[in-house]
This record gives sequence, structure tokens and C-alpha cells, in this order.
Amino acid sequence: MAGSEIQSFLNTCANANIPVGEPDSSALPPAVVISVSVHFWCQAARVAQDCGLRWCAFWVSPVGDNFDAFCVLEKSGDYLVLKTRTGKGESLPSQAPIFSAADRLERHAHDLLGIEFVNAPDSRRWTRHQAWKEHEFPLRPDFVDSPGQRGETAPDTEYPFARARGRGVIEIPVGPVHAGIIEPGHFRFQAVGEMVLNLEERLGYVHKGIEKLAVGRDPESLARLAGRVSGDSTVSHAWAACQALERATALEVPPRALWLRAIMAERERVANHLGDIGAICNDVGFAFGQYQLTRLKECFVRTSHATFGHRFMMDRVVPGGVSCDIDAAQIDTMTQEAQRLSQETAEIVSMLEYSESLEDRLMTTGRLTPEQANQLGVVGYVGRASGRGFDVRRDRPYAPYDRFEFAVPVYRAGDVAARAKIRADEIGASFELICQVLQSIPDGPVKARFPDIKTVCEGLGIIEGWRGEILTYVQLGEEGTTTRFFPRDPSWLLWPALEQLVQDNIVPDFPVCNKSVNASYSGHDL
Amino acid sequence: MLKLFAKMIGTGLITEPPPDDATFASLGVDLKRSLTRNFRGSIAIRHVDAGSCNGCELEIHALNNAFYNVECYGVHFVASPRHADVLLVTGPVSRHMEAALRRTWEAMPNPKWVIASGTCACDGGEFGISYASCGAVENVLPVDLRIPGCPPSPTNLLAGLLQLMQKPVAEE
Repeated sequence: MAGSEIQSFLNTCANANIPVGEPDSSALPPAVVISVSVHFWCQAARVAQDCGLRWCAFWVSPVGDNFDAFCVLEKSGDYLVLKTRTGKGESLPSQAPIFSAADRLERHAHDLLGIEFVNAPDSRRWTRHQAWKEHEFPLRPDFVDSPGQRGETAPDTEYPFARARGRGVIEIPVGPVHAGIIEPGHFRFQAVGEMVLNLEERLGYVHKGIEKLAVGRDPESLARLAGRVSGDSTVSHAWAACQALERATALEVPPRALWLRAIMAERERVANHLGDIGAICNDVGFAFGQYQLTRLKECFVRTSHATFGHRFMMDRVVPGGVSCDIDAAQIDTMTQEAQRLSQETAEIVSMLEYSESLEDRLMTTGRLTPEQANQLGVVGYVGRASGRGFDVRRDRPYAPYDRFEFAVPVYRAGDVAARAKIRADEIGASFELICQVLQSIPDGPVKARFPDIKTVCEGLGIIEGWRGEILTYVQLGEEGTTTRFFPRDPSWLLWPALEQLVQDNIVPDFPVCNKSVNASYSGHDL
Repeated sequence: MLKLFAKMIGTGLITEPPPDDATFASLGVDLKRSLTRNFRGSIAIRHVDAGSCNGCELEIHALNNAFYNVECYGVHFVASPRHADVLLVTGPVSRHMEAALRRTWEAMPNPKWVIASGTCACDGGEFGISYASCGAVENVLPVDLRIPGCPPSPTNLLAGLLQLMQKPVAEE
């Protein structure tokens, strides 16, 4: 059954004389799939905007000589997938003039599959640097790679950045190799004195061809790859991929496995938040916060190692369940740890809140207004710090989150301080959640056998990772191996926000602004 | 402010490794001895992520937390390759990072060493060689030491560094 938001979208389409297909809620649950012709691709997006839907994701799947394009939209937890088919050589109207978030994912689709977009506001390449040529498209089935015959890859020096001219305007190129221990990417600043006029990001440096590498993998091996899309989100990305696989094959996962996945996902959230609040303190020279919070993080990941056998719980989420189990003593240990660390984190955070020097540096810095956040469709803690309260765990709950009560904090200030505060609040909420999950964990097996299905099937996984909504599409072919894998990390929606929130800040505050968003380079570059 | 001081004093020095981490303690002290012998007490590392998933970076960060406190052994991370003795590379080398990695290495003064850190850097790992990836670091730069692990833990990283220190110093 189509939810009320979907129904209102359909009614508006009917009123605007836009022909759309019958809503199909069985193809990609929990989303409703609606097909639309190429001609109405853009108009349907405009209706979606009028209905207040959020633009989430876009990807293209090659089907023989044709391409299936998918666009995911959401409102109040109702997910809608617009789908259209385009032939080789045909083009697709760009949705970027309506939803700016579509821009980079469309350019990504162009660079990898050669889809042409009509009326695109920005037709520059995005993911492609110099590793393949303009008219080569690595994700097409007929793409031939000959690693033996290529020499050194040239640096990408000719990218046409936006320029600013005028008296006193200086340009600062930064990266791809940065000063710290951090992922690579290029930032081009235009500044007057210390004030940032404009920032343009250039990403794609850690593009490893994940979508291509996934093709031909069996489910187990796909989950391993998904766990390395973004190493800090290994549990949530593996969960999203496994959820997509399990939905594609209608596989029922044992409850105990789902409870264990939730424990691991919340542990991942807490560990990353602890480390990042510490790093935010460090970026403004407040060593106390960094020292204390990274200390708590280290204690916490050591428990993960002792309990699950890996500090970041990599490869623990597998298709059909999990590859580890816990005993009663470990439940006690983790519960006591959650209570103790929750108290200690609250104590340290209250000290940070009473520090005037920290307040002075973080408040009003890097402000993303609620209007900007809505316009960009930002998710996760960046969205929640700017008034957008969406959380998949609550608004489109997947098991076991439908069983638990937990707080989803929301602020409107949208500055670095608000993003740090949201994350501190989320640590508290996650600790409470971990205790609830541990106390109610059901007995039983932790893994169901993954079925040998030899028909084409597809599934959508939607998980609230610690950065925000992860949306993963998986298609299996007749051999039971992957034919298409597309993980949409929340970073696709967070990077454009960084460009906006750093404007009118001083250049030296860029690191703390960047850290407060902490978008993933690897999760974005694929 | 008083609360801050109370917390600092209450926390105390935690770098003394806990009993279950005795190996780490011996590693740290050995590292210091090798450093004194070969490097006059300190070594400067420039890290480059050449295509990692960011898992390796989390553990390199952890080396600097109060438990491992790697700087107390004379190991520090520097911002410029011109100041570095060791290039610590993580990830398979993505082709888009190939030139930047080579240039960073070229910018380092001699003598210099390269550590491939993590399974991807050692043999390409989950990513291998593809249209977008050169695979292992050794396909791009001469590698002196490999530290496998997905990701290598801070203890493994330190053990790896020690191994490098004990290699005879290259004559340039």
C-alpha cells in the first residue's frame, strides 16, 4: 500500500497531467516504485519538490543496451523510487535544476556510464580525473581494462575551477595531500584577507571503482566489500548491503542477529562521535577534550575487540545474520560499560559546555541555516543540527529499532557547536539504546543460510549509519552473483553543505568546520 | 576551571600500559632504543592516504591517543614531506592519487623509507588492481616494510615501526 505522502504525490501528478505507472510496493520495499517516461523525468521531480519530498539518491543500472535510472525521494519516512528506462545514445533531463543534491550524482553517472543529461547546471566531470578517457565508461559492460599497458597516471591539473577576480582576492589551493592524518581531496578557496568568499571541493581522489569491483561477487564477498566503502562506517554499510540482499531474496534474518547488528551499529556511532568531538576540541586547541574523549573511545573500541573480535567490528555483519555471538558475561560487561562511560562522557561534555574559550570558538562558526539544510536535503547529525529531525531508525524503522524508544535530538542553530552538541546527545541516547537492546536480546541462531536463488532480483537497504542515512541498492543476476551495487553514503549530501557553511568564516576555521561535518571521502568517491 | 584540573589529576597518566598490554610496553621501549641508535632519538613520519577506506587512518590516529602516546617514544607525524624520514602509505594506490603519492615521495629528503600499512597497501586487499586502482604500494614506490592487517592495530603499527628501525640504515 502506498503511504499518504506517496498518494499525495500521485494525486498531484494526476492533476498536472503527468502520466506515471502503477505504484509497485513489492519491487523495492520499503519504497514504492513508480515508473515514468524519460520525457516526464524532470516534471515528476518538480511535482516531488512541490509535495515537499526530499531528494535522496540517484543511480543508473545498465540493462542490455539500455539503462534503468533510479531516483529515490522521501517524506515522513515514506520512500518513493522513480524509475525510467533510457536507450543508448538517448539522454535524460537533469533533475539538478530542481534538486541541487542531484548534481554530483548525475555527473558521477555520466563519468561512469556515459549518460548525457539535458539542462544540467554543471556539465564538468566529477569522479573522472585522468585514469580513463572522456569517452570511456568503466561501468558499461563492454568496457575493457588493460592494466598491463598503461603507464603512470597523469595528475589532474586541468579541472576548470570557478574563479573569483578582484582587488585583494586570493586563491588558496589545498590538497589532495593534507597536513594531517586524513583522507585526500582538493579544496580551492577564494578569500579576501582571512575571510572565505567561496570554497569549491574537488573529490574523486580515492575512487577505487567499488561499483565495478562488486560486479560478479557472491553475497558474502559483496558484504566484505560493502564493509570497506567507508571504514569508519563498516558496520552500517555492511548492514545496508546485507539488508538489500536479504530483501532481494526475501530472507528472514534471525532476531538475535538483528539485535547484535543494532548493538554493533550503536557502538560504531558512539565510538565515532567520541573521537570526533575530541577532534573538534583539538582543532581549536582545546587539548583537554581531545585527550579525555579519545581516551574513552580507546576504552570502548577495546571492548568491541574483546567482544566481537575486531576493534571496528569489520566483517561481523554478513548476509543472513552476523558472524559472531555474545554470552551472558559479555552482556553484563557491555551494560556496565555503557552505564559507566555514559556518565563519564556526560561529565566531560558538561565541562566542555562551561568552557568560555571553546564556546567562543565554536558558536556561530560554520553556520548552516535550516533553509540551506532544507534546500540541500542534508541528513544525519548535520541535518539534525539545522532543524531537520529525520532519523531512519525512528521514521522508517527497521528491525530491531521498531521495538525501542530512543531520543532523536534536534537543534536549529546549525553551527559547529550545535553539531558537536547533537553528537554528544546522540552518544547518551545510543548508550541507553545499547542497554535496552542488550537486556532484551532474544535467544536463537545468529545466521540464516543465504538461499541459492538463480533469478534476477533486487533490493534496497536503508540504514541510519552514524553519519546519517545510508541507502544501498543491490541487484543479483541469474548466477546468484552481483550485477549492480550502489551504496549511497550520506557524504554525497554532506559535502555540498560544507561548501556553503564555510562561507564568511575565516580560513583557519576550515579544519574545525570540516571536522564538524566529517563527510567521508572514501564513501563518496567509491 | 577547577573541575578541569580535578578531572586531569583524577585521570592521571594513563600511558603506562595496562597489564594485558605488556607486549606494547616492551615494543615502545625497544623502539626508543632503536631510535636513539639509528635516528638520534626521533623519527618524522608523513602519512599519505593513497586510497584507503579510512579504517587505517582511525588506527593511526589512535597511536596518538593517551594510551599509546607514540610521541613519547620520539615518533611524530609531520605536515610536510620535506620534514619526513618515513612515508607511511595506506590504501591501495588509487590511480587518481598515483601522481600525488609519487610527488610526496619525491619531495622527501634522502635517506627515506616507505612503509605500506594495511592489507590494501601490502597487496591491494579487497580492491586489487583495476581500472581505478594500482593495487599494492610497491607497484608505485619502492617499499621498505609491510604492515598487514585490516586495519593494523596501533600495537601492530608500533611493532612495524620497530622492525623498520632495526633494519640496517641504508647508505645513500
